[in-house]
Amino acid sequence: MFLENVRLAITALKSNKVRTFLTMLGIIIGLASVIAIMSVGSAMNNKIKSEVGEMGANNISVYLTQKANDEGEYDDDVRDMKEKDYFNNDMMIALEKNFSNDVSGIVLSQEVGSTKITDKKKYANINMYGVNVTAMNQKKLKVVAGRNLEKSDYSSGANVIIVSDKYVKNLFDGNNEAALGKSVEIELNDNYFSFSIVGVYEYSASAGGFSAGVSEKDIPTDCYIPFKASKRILRSSKDGLQEMTIIAKTGDVAPDVLATNIQNWLNENYYKTNDAYEAYCYSMKAELDQMNKMVGSITLAIMGIGAISLLVGGIGVMNIMIVTISERTREIGTRKALGATNGYIRMQFITEAVVVCVMGGVIGVILGLILGAVISNIMGSVGAPSPLGVLACLMFSVLFGVFFGYYPANKAAKLNPIEALRYE
Amino acid sequence: MTSNKKVIIDAKGIVKRFNIGKPNELEILHGIDLKVYEGEFVSIVGTSGSGKSTLMNIIGLLDKPTEGSYVLDGIDVIKARDSELSHIRNQQIGFVFQTYNLIARTSALKNVELPMLYGGVKADERKVRAEELLELVDMGARKDHTPDELSGGQKQRVAIARSLVNRPSIILADEPTGALDSKTGRLIMDLFHKLNEEQGITIVFITHSRELAEETERVLTLKDGCIIDERRGLRYVS
Repeated sequence: MFLENVRLAITALKSNKVRTFLTMLGIIIGLASVIAIMSVGSAMNNKIKSEVGEMGANNISVYLTQKANDEGEYDDDVRDMKEKDYFNNDMMIALEKNFSNDVSGIVLSQEVGSTKITDKKKYANINMYGVNVTAMNQKKLKVVAGRNLEKSDYSSGANVIIVSDKYVKNLFDGNNEAALGKSVEIELNDNYFSFSIVGVYEYSASAGGFSAGVSEKDIPTDCYIPFKASKRILRSSKDGLQEMTIIAKTGDVAPDVLATNIQNWLNENYYKTNDAYEAYCYSMKAELDQMNKMVGSITLAIMGIGAISLLVGGIGVMNIMIVTISERTREIGTRKALGATNGYIRMQFITEAVVVCVMGGVIGVILGLILGAVISNIMGSVGAPSPLGVLACLMFSVLFGVFFGYYPANKAAKLNPIEALRYE
Repeated sequence: MTSNKKVIIDAKGIVKRFNIGKPNELEILHGIDLKVYEGEFVSIVGTSGSGKSTLMNIIGLLDKPTEGSYVLDGIDVIKARDSELSHIRNQQIGFVFQTYNLIARTSALKNVELPMLYGGVKADERKVRAEELLELVDMGARKDHTPDELSGGQKQRVAIARSLVNRPSIILADEPTGALDSKTGRLIMDLFHKLNEEQGITIVFITHSRELAEETERVLTLKDGCIIDERRGLRYVS
């Protein structure tokens, strides 16, 4: 009986293809937009995840921030930051010690400068950074010749350097082995410093950034020296930092909780008596969660708009069903005379509405998937709606058919057979 | 009429009023008694407004009388509920309409199968039976045609096949030749005679044409809601 009804519905719908298509259109547009938005939302989430993931979801950023006054307000005329306000070396050591279970290290990195290294006609542009072991680990460099910076380099502040293979390509014709042990000489404040190349890492264009209008050869690459060495050559008496990045261990304590703990610890131990500044910590994870939440609510809001068009589509289905039924009044009368019960007539027209909605639903889902994939692609990410979401949409289209088909179908079922047969 | 024959329709004192309790209350049928025996070919003749459509609707269980009793093939149908009436209609009555009332865009075969679908007959059985009946009315060759592709006479043949599929106790034909030219109408009448004579099918034939009515076994004349005349037709057999 059910299959017979579906067959009947398809015959009826086929007989007026244009009308059927226009009826479905509302459902198609509604569902396609809901599905597309679901895809785009997930693509945005993936994009955020990958971008923040590059920065490290386990990173905790620590800043100095203005302290609120006794009334809990922020004064307009805050004094400038001074050396005594900064995070100093002692603090970092104490912090690492105190949170040794949860913190794997503090990132220390400073730029020494940019320069052009020349050797007769050959040259290479570089940016030089002083890094500590934590910062170096974050970079996840692939060393292709020699070695990475070692513990002893960091602790002694040895004059050693690792350079990119592009640097080697420019200055040593790509012979990595030949470059090892050679020196990189730079001039800083009228002083010359020489660093011995101990390793070569594989340069990747994305990590090096993008410079418009500069030939590929001229794009500077990064090279790294121990943090202590950079401090020495910069003659920096300051050992304080205005901000730092702490790398959390993946463990029991969630990064956002750890961030709060560290913030409280710093403020309790170092900034209690500070008149203007205190520490402020936040984790990338919290940031990530926040952004995902925001994307989620935007997605939901747009999906809501899609749902409204779905509703309009459903009303369209109901409207057309009413028209169909009045056109087919005689048929309904005949069917009743031949022994169709009210229930059967009702079922027949509900089935017809469901078939329209499901057909529209399937087309809508397919269009939505395509549209979502295209938009995600333009965004430079991949995204797909959850299979559960797609299933829910299809279930919804069935429900829509039943819901918007019921009233017209019931109207048909209740027709008086005599009047229906007499209907012109 | 021999009394040992089975009574198919036994209606007594059928009264039908419309707009009951309102100022425009109207009594269409004023207490009609009607008996139809198994295998009979009875015609009810009357002009428009005589109440024959109303009587047909009551006989066909599409409407209920205001007063009176009606037993159809041993079933007291006055007390039946709507869904039961649907079932009785499906099983006991075969309708043939003036306007054929075939389902559009649906093949002759599927049209004939329809009453069996409502009767819960299995698909393969439906097909066999429907083909059998289309053969009986000489429409076997056109079983896959839709109503649009059939002439009036052909449509009426399909409708007659449809009326017979569930082996009803009675065929109710309401002006079956009314929309046909006289030649085609003649063929349809011949088909009814053949079905009645060869298959013993009970037929109630409602018409305004006295000429056609006279061909049947018994002719009832309806006027202003009363049966005013009952006589033997040409086909009367003792």
